[in-house]
Amino acid sequence: MRDVGFGYHGQDELLSGMTLTLQPGMFHFLTGPSGSGKTTLLRLCFADLLPSSGQMTAFGQDMRALSRDDIADLRRRVGVVHQDPQFLDHLPVAENVALPLTIAGEAVDMEALRDLLGWVQLTHHARALPPSLSGGERQRAALARAVILSPDLVLADEPTGNLDWEMSMRLMQLLIELNKSGKTVLVATHDLNLIRATKAQVTARVLRITGGSLHLAGADL
Amino acid sequence: MSARMNIGSLWQGLMGDKGGAGDRIVPPTGFTAQLTLFSAGAMAFLAVFALALALATGRLADRWSSELAGSVTVRVSAPAADQDALAQAAMTILQTTPGTGTPRRLPPQDVGTLLEPWFGPDMPVDALPVPALIDLPVDAGFDTEGLRLRLEAEVPGAVLDDHTEWRRPLVTAANRLRMLGIVSLLLIGAASAAMITLAAKAALAANVQVIRVLRLIGARDLTIATAFVRRFTRRAAMGSAVGTLAGMAGIAILPDTSAAGGFMTGLGFQGWDWLLPLTIPLIAAVVGFAATRWAALNMLEAVR
Repeated sequence: MRDVGFGYHGQDELLSGMTLTLQPGMFHFLTGPSGSGKTTLLRLCFADLLPSSGQMTAFGQDMRALSRDDIADLRRRVGVVHQDPQFLDHLPVAENVALPLTIAGEAVDMEALRDLLGWVQLTHHARALPPSLSGGERQRAALARAVILSPDLVLADEPTGNLDWEMSMRLMQLLIELNKSGKTVLVATHDLNLIRATKAQVTARVLRITGGSLHLAGADL
Repeated sequence: MSARMNIGSLWQGLMGDKGGAGDRIVPPTGFTAQLTLFSAGAMAFLAVFALALALATGRLADRWSSELAGSVTVRVSAPAADQDALAQAAMTILQTTPGTGTPRRLPPQDVGTLLEPWFGPDMPVDALPVPALIDLPVDAGFDTEGLRLRLEAEVPGAVLDDHTEWRRPLVTAANRLRMLGIVSLLLIGAASAAMITLAAKAALAANVQVIRVLRLIGARDLTIATAFVRRFTRRAAMGSAVGTLAGMAGIAILPDTSAAGGFMTGLGFQGWDWLLPLTIPLIAAVVGFAATRWAALNMLEAVR
C-alpha cells in the first residue's frame, strides 16, 4: 500500500498516508492501541474495505480495480483468522475447515484434511458442531480453515484476544510453523508480551499504528 | 453482473448434487422450505384447472365456430295445407344454390327430438304448427345474404337462419373464457415467481451471516447464489409436481358430462392434452430458478 488513507462514512480519516509492503515469507506484527485502526488495516488487506485514497495492490493487482469475482479469488490467496471467528454452525468442524475447498470446487483430500485437523489438534472434534467448541478450539479451527487452500498470506486479527496465555502461545506456535513453511504472516495484536514471546522464536517485523500513521517499531520490542 | 438463464445450471439445480457439499452450505430452513413447497403445489394445482379451462373453452370455441360456418337452417312457417309445397319450393331453390351441399328436410321424429327438452317425449309433433326445418351444409364463403333475399322473394314464410345470432355470442364467450384461462395461467406463474422470490429473500436474509462467512473465505456470488437457487428450484419442482398430479387427479374424476351435452362437455383434457400439465413442474422449476437467481444475485450485491 502506498500513501493509503481510509475513513468510515462521514468520519475523519482513521488511517492516512500509510505506506507498507509486506515482505514475502516474513512474520509481521501490527500493533497499536485499541481503536487505532489495526482491524481496519487488515480489512483493507483482504478487500473487505477499499481505501479512500492512495494505491493498494495485492499480488500485483490494483485492489480498487478488482471485480467482485476478483475479490473472491484474492480471498482464496489470503487466509484470515478473526478474533471471533464465524462458522457455518450447521456443519461439523471438518466440513467447516474444508469449506474453502468446497466453494472453490476442489476435491477434498480426506487424508490431508485429517492431517490438518491433527496439526491444529482438533482431530477428536472433527464431527463436532462449531457452537460446541471452546474459544481456543474455534481459533484453531479458523486457522485450519484459513490455510487449507495454502494461501500466500495469512492475516490474524487479535487471534488470541479471547484466549488464555497458554492457548495463545499454542496458536502462535501454529502461526510460527506456518511462517517457517514460507507463508507471509501478519498478526494484529495489542498484546506486547505475545509479540515479545513470539519474537524469541521467529524473526518478526513489528509495525505500530499511532495517530492514523504506520511506524516501524524499534528496539523497545 | 450476469443474471442470464443457464440451462446447465437449471439442470444442475434439479438433478445435480456433487455429494451434497455445495447444497449443505445453506442451512436447512423449515419455514421457507414449507412455504415454497406449499405455494408451488397450490399454484400448480390451480394451473392445471386453468389449463383445462383454456383447452376446453378453446375446443368449444373451435367447434362452435366450425359448426357456425358449416351449415345453415331454413325454417318454413306456413299453414299446414301449404307447408309441404312451400318446403319443396325452398328445397328446389337450395338444390340450385351454388356453394351448398345437399339440403335435408328434418323428418318429424327429428323435429320431435329437438322439441323434446321443452315439451317432453310424448308430444305429438303433428298436432302442433311446427315449421318445416331444412338443414343445408354450406361451403366457406357462402353468400348467405343472397340466399336469404331469394328465399324471401320466392318462398313466403321461409326464413334463413345461419345460426349467427345465437352461436356468435357463445363463440365470443368461449374465446373470452379461453383468454381468461391463459391470463390465469400467466397470473399463476407471476404469483408463483413472486412467492418464491419472497421465500428466497427471506432465506437469504436469515442467512446473512452464512453469506458473510462464505464471502470472507473466497466464495463467488454465483457459488453462493447457486446453493440457494438449487434448493429453491428443487422445492418449486417438487411442490408443483405434487400439485400437478393432484390437479390432474381432480380433472380425471370430474363427472363425464358428454352424454348430457351442453357447455360442460369436454371440460378437462382429451388425448394428448393429458401431457400438457406435465410441463407445469418444469415451468415451475424454471420460474423458481429464475426468481431465486435474480433475488440472490441482487441481494449478494449488497454484501461485500
